Order: sequence, then structure tokens, then C-alpha cells
Amino acid sequence: MEGQQPRTTTQQPVQALILTGFGINCEEEYAAAYRLAGAEATIVHLNEVMHGHVSIHDYDILNFPGGFSFGDDLGSGVVLANKLRYRKNAAGRTLLDDIREFIANGKFVMGICNGFQVLVKLGLLPNLGGDVTPEVTLTHNASGRYEDRWVRLKVNPKSNSPFLKGIDSLEVPVRHGEGRLIIKGEETLAEIEARGLNCLAYTDYDGSPTDVYPHNPNGADLNCAGLTDTTGQVFGLMPHPEAFLSLYNHPDWARRKRQNPGLSEEGDGLKLFRNIVEHVQGQRQTVPQEASQFSS
Amino acid sequence: MDATQRTIQLLLKPGQHDGEGQRVAEAASRHLGLATGRVQSTALYTVRYPVSDEQLRDFATRCLQDPVLHEVALDEFRHGADYKSYILVAKLPGVTDDEGISAQNALGDFLNEPLDTHTQHIFSKRLYFLEQELPESSLRRLAEELLGNKMINRFEVGPIAQIRDYTPRPGGGAESITDTVRLVGLSDEELVKLSKDNLYALNLEEMRAVRDHYTSIQAERQAAGLPQDPTDCELEIVAQTWSEHCKHKEFSAVIKYRDADTGEEFEVDSLFKTYIKNATSEVDRQLRANGNDWLIKVFSDNAGAVRINPESLFVWKVETHNSPSAIDPYGGAITGILGNNRDPLATGIGGARLLFNTNVLCFGNPEFNGTLLSNQLHPRRIFEGVRKGIEDGGNKSGVPTVNGAIVFDDRYAGKPLVYCGTGAVMPMQLAGLDSWEKKIDAQDRIIMAGGRVGKDGIHGATFSSIELDETSPATAVQIGSPITQKLAMDFLILATRRGLIKCSTDNGAGGLSSSIGELATISGGAVVELEKVPLKYPGLRPWEIFVSESQERFSLAVEPAKMDELLALGREMEVELTDIGYFTADGSLDVRFDGKSVARIDMEFLHNGVPRKVLEAEWQKPAAQEPAVEIRQNGVETHICVSPLNDQSRAIWASNLSNDETQICVSTTDVLFKLLGSLNICSRESVIRQYDHEVKGRTIIKPLMGATGQAPQDAAVVRFNFESWEGVAVSNGILPRFGDLDAYDMSAGAFDEAVRQIVAVGGKLPNLSYGDGNFWSVNDNFCVPDSVYDPATNPDGKLKLAKLVRMCQALRDATAAYCIPLTSGKDSMKNDFKADGVKISVPPTVLYSMTAKIEDVRRTITSDFKQADDVVYLLGETYDELGGSEFYQLFHELGANVPKVRFEEAKALYTLMGQANDQGLIQSCHDVSDGGLAVALAEATFGYGFGAEVELPEGLPVSVQLFAESHSRFVATVAPEDVVAFEQHFGPRATRLGVVTQDSQLTVRHAGQTIISASTAALRHEWTNGPVNRIIGFGQHAEA
Repeated sequence: MEGQQPRTTTQQPVQALILTGFGINCEEEYAAAYRLAGAEATIVHLNEVMHGHVSIHDYDILNFPGGFSFGDDLGSGVVLANKLRYRKNAAGRTLLDDIREFIANGKFVMGICNGFQVLVKLGLLPNLGGDVTPEVTLTHNASGRYEDRWVRLKVNPKSNSPFLKGIDSLEVPVRHGEGRLIIKGEETLAEIEARGLNCLAYTDYDGSPTDVYPHNPNGADLNCAGLTDTTGQVFGLMPHPEAFLSLYNHPDWARRKRQNPGLSEEGDGLKLFRNIVEHVQGQRQTVPQEASQFSS
Repeated sequence: MDATQRTIQLLLKPGQHDGEGQRVAEAASRHLGLATGRVQSTALYTVRYPVSDEQLRDFATRCLQDPVLHEVALDEFRHGADYKSYILVAKLPGVTDDEGISAQNALGDFLNEPLDTHTQHIFSKRLYFLEQELPESSLRRLAEELLGNKMINRFEVGPIAQIRDYTPRPGGGAESITDTVRLVGLSDEELVKLSKDNLYALNLEEMRAVRDHYTSIQAERQAAGLPQDPTDCELEIVAQTWSEHCKHKEFSAVIKYRDADTGEEFEVDSLFKTYIKNATSEVDRQLRANGNDWLIKVFSDNAGAVRINPESLFVWKVETHNSPSAIDPYGGAITGILGNNRDPLATGIGGARLLFNTNVLCFGNPEFNGTLLSNQLHPRRIFEGVRKGIEDGGNKSGVPTVNGAIVFDDRYAGKPLVYCGTGAVMPMQLAGLDSWEKKIDAQDRIIMAGGRVGKDGIHGATFSSIELDETSPATAVQIGSPITQKLAMDFLILATRRGLIKCSTDNGAGGLSSSIGELATISGGAVVELEKVPLKYPGLRPWEIFVSESQERFSLAVEPAKMDELLALGREMEVELTDIGYFTADGSLDVRFDGKSVARIDMEFLHNGVPRKVLEAEWQKPAAQEPAVEIRQNGVETHICVSPLNDQSRAIWASNLSNDETQICVSTTDVLFKLLGSLNICSRESVIRQYDHEVKGRTIIKPLMGATGQAPQDAAVVRFNFESWEGVAVSNGILPRFGDLDAYDMSAGAFDEAVRQIVAVGGKLPNLSYGDGNFWSVNDNFCVPDSVYDPATNPDGKLKLAKLVRMCQALRDATAAYCIPLTSGKDSMKNDFKADGVKISVPPTVLYSMTAKIEDVRRTITSDFKQADDVVYLLGETYDELGGSEFYQLFHELGANVPKVRFEEAKALYTLMGQANDQGLIQSCHDVSDGGLAVALAEATFGYGFGAEVELPEGLPVSVQLFAESHSRFVATVAPEDVVAFEQHFGPRATRLGVVTQDSQLTVRHAGQTIISASTAALRHEWTNGPVNRIIGFGQHAEA
């Protein structure tokens, strides 16, 4: 198989590749999240990857940040997904071909907000059929408007994704106009639920999943805020964990700190990044042989 | 249907909720009283690129269609069976069509063909179907008022059986002709007519100066083979360069000022020099004398710059975009933001990273229900359009909108004010050079980067320098493309860090004429080859190319040796770069088209030839009177009884009239509720939440905070990066109503308001100790009505100008008192709207937009109460100053006693607060402003639902204590264990008011009587359900 990554050793930091360009705009805080979690983060313009100057296979985690790729004019994430699916490089390969190989190699893909929309429109999430055909979509919020507000999320205990290991709930901001997940058909919905791919749900103050606005800001099916694929390696969510890296991002930080002066200065969002970085490190330590098998 | 063009229509599948259609139907009923029945919305894409049937179908189904949501119709207009009417919304030729361009991008990817995205092949449109059969006039009205703007859209409407399509065909016709304009020998009348006909916006004296210049250089021009009269392009260049917008002629004028009350007279030799530049120079001298040398760049270049630390600069700019927003609110606001973003981006070498936006908006009453003048847009429509423009301009650029303000006053119903501010961070060094310097040498290439040039925005600079009337030109409207600018911005950041760019500037007002004209002053001249400028479509005359204000463009100066690397980077990042000429040192601006001279102007004349204006100002204090206010105990309730001088109030308050019907008596608690629900105080949450205020993950104090997310804050705080806790506080001071009493006090108050907001969140005044490095950077933005006296058209012009002078005097005094420097600013001088023989003029308005360094954002203070039993204090003193208050406004009264700023006392208090914050003595702090102490107390309960028990001291009447808007005051809370230290520290400057309570009740007592008693939930409900949120609407899940 083409595009093998160099053999990694346990000493090397975990490598996160963060794509940018064409209207993506959350790449800096995304990179900060990985750096705070102990990984090395590299921000590259999408064209550097498309033109073959940078290979995704040199990295452990491929990341699609939020923003308005190509202005979101045709529906959020559509034009970027289209580019990844159809635009061929000199060797006649699309970037989607590379991403599928990357996943087959046991590596990880994450998308936040617009990045999640790209993964959904590309068919990488939830990818029940394994043939990257879109099975669900993300469309205009039921409120018909873009909103920036903080929400509470509950992690689906059935989820197998290493990104969410050990997390029960978290607070994060949503900042989107097209975050309403719509699942085509009862069968798809049942399978997503059965396999625990609806990994995050919007909840009310008591922690129960809810369809009530504004706790559920967009009216998503299954009150779903995030999805994984069946392997748990591909993970996407509408809210922004990279916007809650420090306590001081939270709207109520000042009162909470007064109440509890010993409160951790880390934000909830950072846990996801620590999780995946630790997971990749752990993989290398425990099963270095197995990891290398994936790559050939 | 045109055989060479194909149509793709996307319709929602049956069962999918058509939110847009539903909103159109609702808005038609609510705002226009039109019953449309159900409305179906569909998207149309017209493809003018050769594709086979199969390619068209595959492109539509695989790239445009969302398989879950849409069905696709090809080369037909499909609609539900029950629909009777249609409305097609297309764009006029040359109007930015990002959606069409995106579709084109997708087609290029799908076909794997290089498809030039700068030539438009796909055109996006919306096609709506209505259940009711409406007459064409109603359909057209619906289209023009709800679905688009006739300045930028073409509408087709009618019965559904006869759908007419429209696809723009821009350009064609005009050739690259340069005409000369007869000037030499023209009479005064002819000169004035020429200026008006061609929208030069030059007055007689200026026209004479141009004529005389050309008369004097006849021989030289002849020798050089140039015509005796100026070319059209030359006159356009002079008009742009000499426009009020670019040259600030009134701020540079000689003003003869007279005080009619005292007889005092004096002459001001330039408002800018006297009150702004000199004041800042004096501040800088004091700063430097005290080891504070952080003031790096003031009043030159596109934005001011101050040093954050040895590695980085903070760049800060605020501008207005009023005239365009009056004509096309969405386009005006979005280009305002994107244009203002380009200022910090193109300061010095260029490539600053944008950190945040802030916006201050002034509108007429959005609930206005009178008759509009010709071409006047309804204030609600302006509000909604501007709001949407800010949403897209900020959100799509990835720049957080961290705070702002909205001010309502009927006098903004003609021209709204749209202030856009942007803060950015730039490294001190870029590729080894001082980043803030602009250096250009002869032979450096001129590169235009970003968007292409069309007819849009021709005459923006001159247009904004005149008053609006019903004939204002459509070409002055521009639509921004955030995505095009984002690409250019990403490119600029990379190219400057690689040392590929010597310096950059923004193409804003005046287009290339202005940007190259200004850059050429550095090297001493330029040669521009206009035929190389890439156009959106053919058919522009050379002068149009040179002055067009098409958006998202930068002009760059590049060393010839760096050209290859620069162009390669542009290709990689898909940013169009074009070499359009080179800089020279021969003293002239030389513009050519295909080798033929289009303009050749002496730089000295161009930049320094404008004659100075001499203007008259006469100040007279308005005859103002305080209404009688009486406090009356009515059983257990305290009533405030106002005897209005103004009859208007009686009808509105009829139910609250007392028996003798000379007074309006309202319970104090009701007054507080009314204030919280009033237009200028109520919550702006519905607006704020549609702006992304935390992208970049650095916003520490957001506009709304607390557990509820509904506690309003004073200043925003943003950290610079993720490696340190350093940050910047951002505030806005604007108080136009006080200007009706005294423009001096209005301006001083606005300055103080912005300072105290920053002090409230924990910012410290500058220069308190040697080398403290505590930077402040302020932008002043004056927006005034036409203030040039004319006995016929502007009889009160002298008074208006006197107000401007007084505003500037206050600015000078405030700057000196606080030692806070101005770093940049703007003035907008003709904010009048004339139509049908009526003139609507804005009140003289000044906005002070302030930023200050925050050493550690973790130590900042928010406004909401933090814990029960904390002790509540008033910091600062209240005076008998109800003049201009929101309280009086409830009774349609202005009063007389305008709040004054006592600078010495204010500065001492702010200094004490900085020290108290160092010791961590303050738990919450809220600035007292609109609505006075009562409103500040109520707002501080909104974060969590705590209550407060407050006892007002003896002394001033409770109406004054509760509702006066005296400056330099705060509501602060203190932990019980810190009370002794706090009281010792502040001494008499702190007045103990009471305590924070757990019980969610706000109780205010005075002299043994309870004067306010209210549930804080009810207060918050009143505030949250005020007119702004009702008009913009709350988010809610629509019914399927």
C-alpha cells in the first residue's frame, strides 16, 4: 500500500495534523489543544496536502477544524467534502482515498463543527455501510438561526471511542447555524443507537438528554451532538471542545472560582485531547508490533 | 430557456421542514400585512459552462444535492401543486455571488478541470412559490422589502404559469476610453455644476483650485504631450484624494468660534491638530518621561499600534460605514467589517493576526410606525440587515465579535451609524524588519492581491462625503465576500512572515487611486498599468478601474527579486496576485492604459493642493429646564411623581396620572421595570448570540456571563494567546443624548464611560508607575450632521460646528487628565438624509473605543454578584444630575442637569480601584450608566439569581440616587472578610449599600421605607423580553 508512515517510536510525540485554508478558522485553538495535551500539532493549508507537499500518513491524528469552509454557501462542509471526494492528485488519487487508508491503518480522524459537517457530508460518519456514502446530514438549526451558547453534553456509555474514554459529561459552547443532525430512515437510526455511535447528547440542567431549546440548540435527531464511526477512530461533534481549554473560557468562571478557589484551571474540552493523545501513546507502548501491522 | 445555459433546482423533499419558506410567510404577514399562504423556497443554479446532460445530472446529484434533504429538478421550475405565484430573486450584473462561485468551485473539483473561479460560470438564485395568487405589486413589495434589495437584486414575479428567469450578463459595451473634462476657463457656476454632476463632492473653492492648477501648468502639460484640460481619471483621482472621507477637510479647517452667551471668541487652527494630535503628543511626552515608551504608531498608516511586550504589537482601528448601510444595510455592514479588518491587516508591512471585532450601532426606533420618506428604509429593516451583515462579516472571517452597543434615537432613522472596530496582534519584527514601518523604493513592484475589480463601489469615498438623498447612486453599494478576504488574509500572514512583502495597504475608499496614491508618497511616485488589472467583467473605463472600491483587495509593494516566490505562494493558496506597475521617485502619479497616458498628476498638488476651509461656529447653551419631581409615599409603596414639561407623556402614562392630573405618579419599583424594558437598556441577547463571540478560544469576558448566561458585562477581555495570561480589555463609550444639553459633557462622559468600563473589569490606568508598560489605545470616531453653515440649507450649521468644537475640547481634556493616548480615529461629517423636502440629521455623536492591557486575565472582574453575604458598595459619588437620563426619557423629558465628569476625582478613584484589585478586594464590579444605580443593581443579580438588600443613604432625593447617570461610579461587592481592608482603602469614596442575599429578591430601602421590592427573576424577565429581543426574535425550535 502507498503512503506508509515512517515507523514511530515511543519517544516521539504524538503528531496531530490540523488542516486549514479556504475559510477554516478554528485551527489555532485546535493546535493549542493538542499542544496542551502533550502532542505536536502542525497546521497546514489544505492545498499542501492536496498537492502532495504534506502526507497525512506522517501523522497520527487528522483534524478538520471549524469555520466556514468555502463560505458554507452550498450547505455547510459541502464544497470541502466534494473537493476531498473528487479532486484527484497527479497520481489519480483523491484525498478521500488517502483518508480511508489512514483509518484502515488504525489512525484517528476528528472533526469539529464545520469539520464534523465535512466528515458527515463525506460519508465518513457514521459510515455504517463502510462505503463512505452519506447516511445522515447536518442542516439548519430548527431555530433557523446561528447561535453561540454553552451547552451540556452527556457521553453515551455505549460509545467505544477512545476520544471519550472516562468522560461522563462536559460543558462546551456551540457556535453554528447548521448543526441539526437528520438521520435518514428508521433502520439507520436504530443501528446508530444500537452501536452507540451517537456518542454525545445535549442534556438539560439535570443531565438528561433533551430536545428542548435552548439546551438542545438545534433540534437534532436523538438529541445528538456528535458521532463516531463503527471503529470509534473517526469522531466528530458540533460543539467546540477546543474553545474550552481553560476554566476562563466558561461564562460562569468567576463565580465558580469564588465558590471553589482550588478549582482546576483546565477546561472540560481539554479532556478529549488528552484522551486521544494518551491513547495513541498507549498504543505505541503496549502493541508496537500490532500498530506496524496496520500500516502494511 | 436559453439553450446555452442549464438550470439546476434544489427542492426540499416532502416532509422536510422548510424553515425559510415559513419565515418568509410569517414576515410577510407580520411586517407587510400580506397573506401569502404557505411559501416554498427553492434554490436555483444557472450553469453557463459547457456540460453534458450526464455531467449536469451527476454534478447536481453528487455535489449540490443533500441526499437526505433535497430532490433535484433539471432545466425546469418544479413546484408543489397548490402554489399560485412565484418570486425569483437573482443578482444584478456584477454583484458578488459567493454561492455561485462556490458551486463553480465544486464543479471544477467534480470535473477535475481547472475552472477559473474569477469568471463567473454559475449563478445562484432563489425561487419562491406562494400559495396565494397575489397581484404583481404585492409580490414585488414582498420581494423588495423582505427577500432582497433592488440596489443589488433583480426580481421577477407573477403567476406561477409564467415564470420568467433572469441571469445577469455583466459588462459589455464601454471601451477603454479616456476623455478630457473641460475645466480651464469654466465659470464658478459651471464648476459647481460639474462637481455635482460627476459626484466629485468638491466645493467651489476646491474646484477653482483644480482649475487654477491646470491653468498654471498648461505649458508643462503641452510639452509632455498631455491635454490642457484634465482627463476624467485625473479629476476622479483628485476628487477621491480630496474627499472629506480621505482628507478630513473640516477637521483640518480654520474655525472661528464664538460663544454667544459669554461673547468669548477664539480661532481653532485645525480641530485635529489642536485637540487630538497635540493632546496625544503631550500624553506621549508624559509617558516617555515615565519610562513608558509603548506608543509606537499614532495617526499615520491604516491603524494605530502600541507595544504589548518586546515581541508583539497591538493594532487597533475603528471606522464607520454609515452611508452604505443606509442604502443596503446588509452589504453596508458586512463591507464595513471586512473593510475595517483590512486596516490592521495592512498596517506597516502587513499580516497582523486579527484578534477580535467590536461593533457599535445607532438606529432609529425599530418600532416606528409612521410614513417613510422616499428611499428611506424602515429602521427595523436597517437593524436586521446590519445585524446580519455583522454576523456574516465576523463569523465567516473567524473573528470573534466580543462586545458592542446599540443606541436608539429617532434621529438615526435617516442615516444609521455603523461603527466597526478590529483589534489585531502583529510581531514586532517580520523577517528581521520593524513590522510597523512602511518602506518602499523606486522600482518596487505594485501587486494587487485578492478580489477583482468591477463597477461596484465606484464613488464610495465621495459619496460618503455628501448627504444622502433619493438619487444616491446604486454603484456605491458593495457586497463583501468574507471567504475571498479570508483567503487573502491567510496569504498575507504567511507572505509577510516569509519576508516577501515590503509593505501593504488596503484598497478601501477610493480603491487603487487611494491605496497607490498613498503608498506612492513613500517612494515619491508610481506608474500604474491599468490594462493589467484583472476585472470581474469587461466594460470598465480606465478611470472606473482606478477608483472602483470592489472589496477584498490589498495593494502590496514587493521587491522585484521576491516576485517569483510571492507569485508561487499566491498560486498555492489560490489568491490572485497581479503585477500592475511599479513605484518611482519622479514626483508624479502616472497612470496608463495600454501604454497611453490616462492620468499624470503631480504628487505635491494631489496631496497638499487642497485649499483649507474656513468655517464659523457659534455656541449657545440650550434653554433647558428640569421637570419637577416629587417623592410621595402611597401606603407601603413609594411613588415618584413627575410634572412633565412635555405634553406627549400624558397620554402614554394616562393610567398612572394622579388625581390632579398635573403629575405622572409611578411606583419606584415600576420605574425600574419600565427602565429595564426600555429600548436603550433592555437585553440585546438575541443579537449577541448570533455573533460568534468566542472563536479563537481566547474570550475571557464575553458580553453576557454568569450561570444564566444573561448578566451583561462592561468591557470584553481577550487573551492574546495560549502561552501567557496577558490580554486586552475592550470598551465603547457613546452617549449622544447628553449632547442635547452640552456636547462638551457628552463627549467627556463618553470618554469616561469607556475608561470606567475597563476599570470595572480590572484594567489599570496607564503611567501609574515608572515603566509599567500598561498600554492604552483609543480610537475616536466623530459622526456629525452637516456642520457647515449655509443660510438657506443649513441655518443652524454654526451651532452644529460649535458642538463639534466642544466635543473635541472635552476629548483633549479627558486625554490629558487620564494620560490616555488616542492612536487613530475617523470623522464622518455629513450624516444627513434628505428626501421629500425633509432632512433627518443625526445628533452629533462621538464614540470612544478603548483598549487597555490586562496583565493577567485570570484576575479580571465580572459584573455579576458572586456569593450571598458579600457586601454591596457604591464607588464614586452621585450628583443631582438627572439631565438626559433614561429616567427622564421615560417621561419624554430631557431635563437640564447634564452629568459632568470630574476628572481629578475620577482618576483618583480609578487608581484606588487598581490597587484594590491588586489585593483581590473586589468580587464583582459593574459600571453605573444608563438607568443609574437601580439598573446597575438589578443587572448584577442576573448572573445567578442572587438578590440584594440595599439601604440608600440620606441626602439626595431617591429619584436622583436611583436613576441619575452621574459618571465615574460602580456597584462593587466585597467578601465579608475583606470589608475592613476595603473600607480603609477607599475611605469616603465607597458608600456601603447593603448585602447580596440568597433569596432572589431585590429590596431597596430609604429612611425606613421600602422603595423597591422585586423578584430578580421578574426583573430579568422584563429585561430579557424587552423590545430588542422581541423584534429580532428569540431562538426557538420551529414547528415542523
